[in-house]
Amino acid sequence: MTKTVTDVICPFCGTLCDDLEVVVSDDGKQLLEVYNACAIGAEKFLHSQAKDRITRPRMRQEDGTWKEITYDEAVEYTANMLADAKKPLMYGWSSTNCEAQAVGAEIGEAVGAVMDNTATVCHGTSLIAVQDIGIPSCTLGEVKNRADRVLFWGCNPAHAHPRHMSRYSIFPRGFFTGKGHTGRKVIVVDPRPTDTASLADIHLQIEQGHDYELFDALRVAFKGEKLPDVVAGIPKEKIYEVAETLKSGRFAIIFFGMGVTQSIGKNHNIDAAIAVTRDLNEYTKAAIMPMRGHYNVTGSGQVWGWQFGFPFAVDLSRGFARYNPGETTSNDLLRRDEVDAVFVLGSDPGAHFPFNSVKKIYDLPSVVIDPHETPTSEVCKVHVPVAFVGVEIGGCAYRMDNVPIETRKVVDAPEGMMTDEEFLTRVLARVKELKGV
Amino acid sequence: MAIRVNLITGRTIQQGVAMEAGKEKPAYATACGIIELDPTDFKKLGAFRNTNVRVTSEHGSVVVKAVEATQGPHPGVAYIPMGPWANMVVNPNTYSTGMPTFKGTPVEVEVAKDEPVYSSLELVRKACRGELA
Ligand code: SF4
Repeated sequence: MTKTVTDVICPFCGTLCDDLEVVVSDDGKQLLEVYNACAIGAEKFLHSQAKDRITRPRMRQEDGTWKEITYDEAVEYTANMLADAKKPLMYGWSSTNCEAQAVGAEIGEAVGAVMDNTATVCHGTSLIAVQDIGIPSCTLGEVKNRADRVLFWGCNPAHAHPRHMSRYSIFPRGFFTGKGHTGRKVIVVDPRPTDTASLADIHLQIEQGHDYELFDALRVAFKGEKLPDVVAGIPKEKIYEVAETLKSGRFAIIFFGMGVTQSIGKNHNIDAAIAVTRDLNEYTKAAIMPMRGHYNVTGSGQVWGWQFGFPFAVDLSRGFARYNPGETTSNDLLRRDEVDAVFVLGSDPGAHFPFNSVKKIYDLPSVVIDPHETPTSEVCKVHVPVAFVGVEIGGCAYRMDNVPIETRKVVDAPEGMMTDEEFLTRVLARVKELKGV
Repeated sequence: MAIRVNLITGRTIQQGVAMEAGKEKPAYATACGIIELDPTDFKKLGAFRNTNVRVTSEHGSVVVKAVEATQGPHPGVAYIPMGPWANMVVNPNTYSTGMPTFKGTPVEVEVAKDEPVYSSLELVRKACRGELA
């Protein structure tokens, strides 16, 4: 006999879908099927069952091969590495629960680490912009029930957040949006005619890297002022049309992604996007939301926000929290050789940092905590596999709109495997002994 | 014949699925060890679809397979899904924001028929040890 677990939370992307159904074997040890998830979410659940999964910590040998070690040895190595370092970098924190993030922050305080999460290569620039000029935002529930103008700027949910459009932004019928997608006008701004753009009423194929100009042009168009014939590759008639479309709605929502945060201009692009939202509120109700990537990168910002006052790039090396993006951010620290050990949990900088940062991790003492074998485990000295959060252990996660959702355990982890939180708690205890605090 | 294009990176659903299935598996290289080029750029390059090409920027170089743009047309713009291949060539400068400039790197693309596309782990390992050509 099998059991079906309902209302399961998907621990992959910031959409944090909470309606999955998972079929497990009677003894709760095997995960058999996943329903309602998108292809990526389903793969995440199913991969936890892989036969070739690594279930014990490993240490890199001189000749480049791995040697299996015990969790005790891994705790000892990690605690010593962090305690000995002058300024270790503790990076990642996005694919784990808030409970583990909190313990990690305690370790960071004890050893004087720099704490940084994946926002540093994702929506870090959005966080800087929010600190500059604030943000009028809302929840995804409000989007579903109210939004009749939906603008996707530099994001491609059809690929990155596959169920976002069906659950919240384009297709669902809500309280004031009873006609579903026919009642919504969808606009996409992207240098490519993406699969998301193919669902839009209007696609502006912007010249890559010219987002700031186009945001500003929209602000001009809202006021009915004069525009040059072409801005950022878009004819002015189109820009006036989009401005009118947005103004004529009852509730406009702007979703933005990496196209804006990672292109030249960075945080200033987001400043302009937020200013567009603010201006739009002169005519109708408007809100803006970053399309957060990892399922709990938002939670990591929340936890550090209430612990240290800053959502990423927190430098604790002087005994108090400092924050200065460009200085205390992972890639800048690595490139400038300003850290002397690297601890990674719940992220894969080996795959997602520019290579010259990866090389620095390879050259330093380094530990990675990750259920998977990844390019990061390839360059680290010790790899500690752990249980999958949201599959083999529950815990709190924050959706992209800052709504906390409790993830659920659906199957047991393989015999004898630790969770992130258990491992970190052991490291914290050992670090305290070593530091005498 | 080499062509110059503007490189952007980002997610694709194939990248997401392959990543969760295991970055050590060949499917991950199939999903991300590629560069999507516009048909007009293919013409300029004078190459067939599915040819290996070397992509070079001011910041590095990598061999990937050239495929036709799946979300095009976008002449002059090339796309490598986010991952270790793209990260060999992207602009690492953060300009004091913490954020490397992952989108908008000028690159040169030339045919490299006989050079291999490495798996993700191999690529990173070889690059760290200085074993790449
Ligand atoms: S859209 Fe995101 S949260 Fe929802 S099932 Fe897909 S990966 Fe999971």
